[in-house]
Order: sequence, then structure tokens, then C-alpha cells
Amino acid sequence: MRYTVVPGLYGIGNPDRQSPVLVTANYKLSFDHLRRACDGLDAWVLVLDTGGVNVWCAAGKGSFGTDELAHRVVETGVDMVVDHRRLILPQLGASGVAAHLVERRTGFEVTWGPVMAADLPAFLAAGMSATPEMRRKRFGLCERATVVPVELCSAAAPLLAAALAVVAVGGLAGSSGFQAGALTEAARGGVVVLIAALAGLVGVPLLLPWLPGRAFSVKGAVLGGVVTAVALSWRTGGDPGWLLRLGDVAWLIMGTALSAFLAMNFTGSSTFTSLSGVRREMRLAVPLEIAAVIVGLALWLSSLWLPGAGG
Amino acid sequence: MRDMVYLRGVATLELDSELCIGCGSCAVVCPHAVFVMADDLARITDRDACMECGACALNCETEAITVRSGVGCAAAVLNAALGRTDACCCIDPGD
Repeated sequence: MRYTVVPGLYGIGNPDRQSPVLVTANYKLSFDHLRRACDGLDAWVLVLDTGGVNVWCAAGKGSFGTDELAHRVVETGVDMVVDHRRLILPQLGASGVAAHLVERRTGFEVTWGPVMAADLPAFLAAGMSATPEMRRKRFGLCERATVVPVELCSAAAPLLAAALAVVAVGGLAGSSGFQAGALTEAARGGVVVLIAALAGLVGVPLLLPWLPGRAFSVKGAVLGGVVTAVALSWRTGGDPGWLLRLGDVAWLIMGTALSAFLAMNFTGSSTFTSLSGVRREMRLAVPLEIAAVIVGLALWLSSLWLPGAGG
Repeated sequence: MRDMVYLRGVATLELDSELCIGCGSCAVVCPHAVFVMADDLARITDRDACMECGACALNCETEAITVRSGVGCAAAVLNAALGRTDACCCIDPGD
């Protein structure tokens, strides 16, 4: 499937020489959002070539930028289509476009529109004036939920591989045969991997404002630690013995680390984390996460193979 | 509702009031309302809310604003550290 729109000048409704010129990226979803938001309006839409990337990400990379905008203004001859000299840009394009340079190079003045296309009709009706609320990027529950599947998909394959490896190791270590050992470890290590992953990939994004800590890895460690502990405590039966307990501790450590690592990756989807902040967080979190996995693996393997381990 | 705020005291955003001509562009483009206009000059009200997108600095005609801009993305930092340049999330490792 193609998710790009051919760059150029488009019309919405019946635009004339006074109609506003709205600028957007050639990501089909961005273009469709804009079209839908402007239903019932008459406007021109100037689509920049961002390689099919949305406005915010393209602005960060510079493809939704001053050069491309100046080039597209000249190439489309928009100055011959409208009498005014004003372009309305999405506010989130401002990290790629320098308004004063655009004006110097094209003669068109840049007006920063609202963050969300849905606010455009109200913005235009108010004489191109945005309320403070229109200028802010929020990150509500629905928006956070929307990006969860992306994280899930990209992490699914390595996580399943890890869970299968855990089960296989359990089988090899089992003294009462591969199948029994594999089943035992699937019910513990396999479950912990999946539950801790869900905590980091789904739980943290959804519960983001309410989890303790500012660093995403702290939020992930807290939630991952709690759900792993709950999952491990569900074992029924009498005294499990110290080796089994050692294995449980190992999985508590690894589950916590896994959730912390996956939660940390959600910084890229969030709308309020800075590069300096992410670097600061990672300098501490990544070595700890790696150390936790090494210690956890060592404890777990010891619990499987130490003399007395019964599988 | 207040925005969620990330780590405190890390943002590299700086404003040189001597150079500010009070055009107000920074206050308009910032998606986290970090700037306010007071007495016809820009002022940083909430540096910790800055996500270092760089929009204010890029749109400051007198270059009164500086910020080391980039994407606050752990995958991008990892990719840079591992020397991957072809991933979708990339940052300049020299930053």
C-alpha cells in the first residue's frame, strides 16, 4: 500500500484567489486528516514532499523544512493562484521551518496554525487566531493507546523468541524429561516474559501519568516488578524449596528489568521527552538493566542446574 | 490539566534576553507553552517542560534562543550508540 500523496497544490471545496493556503506533508494520513477537518471549507492545500512522513517527524528531520517549502511555493506557482501572500502551517512544523526565512525567500508570510488539524475551522473562523489550548500538544489516554500497537508489533518477534528460548532451557534442565521441564518453565519464565513485556509495552503507556517516577524506566520497573511478583506468587502447593525460590527471585529481577527497558523505549512515542532527558535516563538505566539481566540469568541457571535441582 | 513533565533540570534551552526583540514567535511555536511574553519580551516560564524540538530557536530571528535539539527517543539513542544509521529513528551521534 502507498501512503504518500503526490506533492503539489490541491483544492478543497471551491477555493478562489482569497482562500487560505494550508501547508501539510505528503503522508496520506496527514493529508486525509486535513481534508476531513476542512470539510465544508474552501481552501488550497500545499503538499510538501516529506517522503511520506508526517509533519512532526519530517520537521525534525528537516524534510518538512524551509528549503522544501520555498521550493514548493515556486514550483506550484501558488503566487499566481492567490492574491494574498500568506501560508498557514501546522504549528508542529515549526521545528523544521523558519518562518522569517520563508518570508525572505518567497514573499509569503507564515502563519502558524493550530497543532491539530481538527482545530483549523475554529482557527480560521477566529481570524487566524489560536487559543492557548490549540497551541499545546497533549498526550491523553486515547493518544497513548493509539501508539501502543506500534510498540507491540515491533517487540513481538524478539519477545516470543525469548519466551521460547526460556521454555527450551527449562526442558533441557528438567530432570523428569524435556516435556515436563519445558512445561514447568513455560508456566514461570515464559509467563514472566510475556507479563513483564505487557507491563512495559501496554501498562506503562496507559498508566503513564499515574505511575511513580519521572524516568520511563522507573515507571516500567515499578509496574513490571509488581505484576511479575503477583504472577510468581500465584504458584499453588506447599513449600517450593529454596532452589525454586531462587529461580523466582531471578525471574522477578529479569521481569522488572525487561519492563523497565521496554517502558524506556516509549520515550520515542511520547510527546514530552527531550533528548537530554532520555540521555540522562539511559546513562543510568541501561547499565542497570543489563546488569539485572546478567544477574537474573546467572541465578536462574544456577537454580536449574545446582545439585538438588529437581526440575 | 497540566502537561506531563519529564526529568527536571536537563533541558538545554537558553534565552538571551539582551537579543530578544519581543516578536513572540517562540511563544507561538512552542507546543508546551515554555515561553510567555512579559513587557514585550520573551521569558522562559517552564524550562522543564521543554522537549528540545528546536522550533523556538529556528524561528528566532535574532538567534536569542539556543537549544541542543533532537528527538527524545531511547531507540534513537541506542541506534546511535550501536552505530546504526539506517534505522527509522536516528540522531547524529556527534550531538
